[in-house]
Amino acid sequence: MIELRGVTYCYPGASAPALEDVSVHIIRGKVYGIVGANKAGKSTLCYALTGFIPHFFHGKLDGQLWLAGRDVRIQSLASLAGLTGLVFQNPFNQISGARFSVREEIAFGLENLGVPTREMHSRVEQALITTGLRELADRSPYQLSGGQQQRLAIASMLVMQPDALVLDEPTSQLDPIGTRDVFDVLHRLAEERDTAVVIATHKLEWLATCADEVLLLHQGQVLHKGPPREVLSRRDAAELGVRSTSYTLAARALSEQVKELRSPLPVTLEQALDALR
Amino acid sequence: MRIIVEDLHFTYPGDVHALDGVNFTVESGEAVAIIGENGAGKTTLAKHLNGLLTPSQGRVLIGDWDTADVSVARMAARVGYIFQNPDDQLFERTVMREVAFGPANIGLEGERLQARCRRALKQVGLLDAADMHPYDLHASERKLVAIAAALAMETPIVILDEPTTGQDLAGLELMGALVESLLGEGRTVLAISHDLDFCAAHFSRVMVMADARILADDRPEVIFQQKQLLTRAGVDAPQLVRLAQALGMDNVPLTVPAFVSAWLEEYHDHHTG
Repeated sequence: MIELRGVTYCYPGASAPALEDVSVHIIRGKVYGIVGANKAGKSTLCYALTGFIPHFFHGKLDGQLWLAGRDVRIQSLASLAGLTGLVFQNPFNQISGARFSVREEIAFGLENLGVPTREMHSRVEQALITTGLRELADRSPYQLSGGQQQRLAIASMLVMQPDALVLDEPTSQLDPIGTRDVFDVLHRLAEERDTAVVIATHKLEWLATCADEVLLLHQGQVLHKGPPREVLSRRDAAELGVRSTSYTLAARALSEQVKELRSPLPVTLEQALDALR
Repeated sequence: MRIIVEDLHFTYPGDVHALDGVNFTVESGEAVAIIGENGAGKTTLAKHLNGLLTPSQGRVLIGDWDTADVSVARMAARVGYIFQNPDDQLFERTVMREVAFGPANIGLEGERLQARCRRALKQVGLLDAADMHPYDLHASERKLVAIAAALAMETPIVILDEPTTGQDLAGLELMGALVESLLGEGRTVLAISHDLDFCAAHFSRVMVMADARILADDRPEVIFQQKQLLTRAGVDAPQLVRLAQALGMDNVPLTVPAFVSAWLEEYHDHHTG
């Protein structure tokens, strides 16, 4: 679905590359996690996976970017709209400001694509339900709390039903139950709609439960990639700025005294139960 | 400095009832975490504590000041408030000027002003960035600039709105150390947070908000074992508490060391002993 081959990218005026020799292959129906310290390149990778690099952010780009068999460098950003969607880190950047209610805001992208009215309504209703915004559908986007705006940003992208959905810290302002719901929805999108889902996040507990593969970035490079438990329970995770789950931290502390605890250490509640029962 | 909130009601234009009869008292030096689902009224409540919003009904006292009678600028000497989104509060050309803005407004100048700003920047690990433009920093660092700006006011009360959001491990540890050091100086810290593991580790009192009211207000070990209450408020217990519950342990461990000793006592020693 998306392939980056040897991508090195430098923001305009920056001295060091934000991504360095990154090769990533994203396929449909799978969930990918991007983790790492701040400034490791997580957001930049999200931009590269959705064509915002090179079409919105200029700068120096080397390597190849392929999206659904097309060379991203010679496509327009608009032509990629149905293929890929990006949920920005700050939901405020996503709200168009051109619509007066939550419902209209969610429909905005579909209107621009000329989707028939009846289909538009049903897709918008579905997105409202999925993100728990139904009761707020008639409110102005600017009367929402921070977390509610973030739900709106996610709904605006879900409704577009892109083949690949990339989300940059989509749940940073969401309450714990809302966070779990969003990860559930994304997991289902991959399973039921065959969407490729990529999530950059610090919230490892839910990522570990639903991701097929995790990429750990360090200084612009993909340092580790593999199944979530393998990558996220690594002993060097802390040095690389990754916030291990408390399950991993507790198991690691115990492993010094309890020999039966073997690696890979648990990352999720279920794995911890299994290891510590 | 005591905070008293009495029968606080607040309605936004458009008839959105954000606070519906909130009452509590916070004593000097307390560490209070406010948790609850999106839209529960947490940020609206916090904005009443520094006078950014004034009650539609009821009153808020910060020491002997009623927030309805005191300007936001004066309140800034008693309550430091760090927004959820730092971009809501940053406007200066350099990090140093940003941090100096508040203290300069209450009359500090020269070397005293410089020293205070340097101390605040050091506390958040940004002393080297003093001459940079805030918008040349990463979003997580801009949050630290906003925190330094509030710290530089050296207020008796500090309010943090989602301090750990978007922070990596280093940022998370820095926030924990910051809360502890403020408490060590005897200051009052209130935090709004969805990061329950963070709340459990650093706060001795937890308020649970839902539907514009406070549902519960107690010690974390009491709050975090009430599953129904937490679900109703759109939150979950911290990871270690959930694990302890799933393992059938009686303890409610709030930190990794607490979990480890409880597990060894209740589980392992029992098996091997």
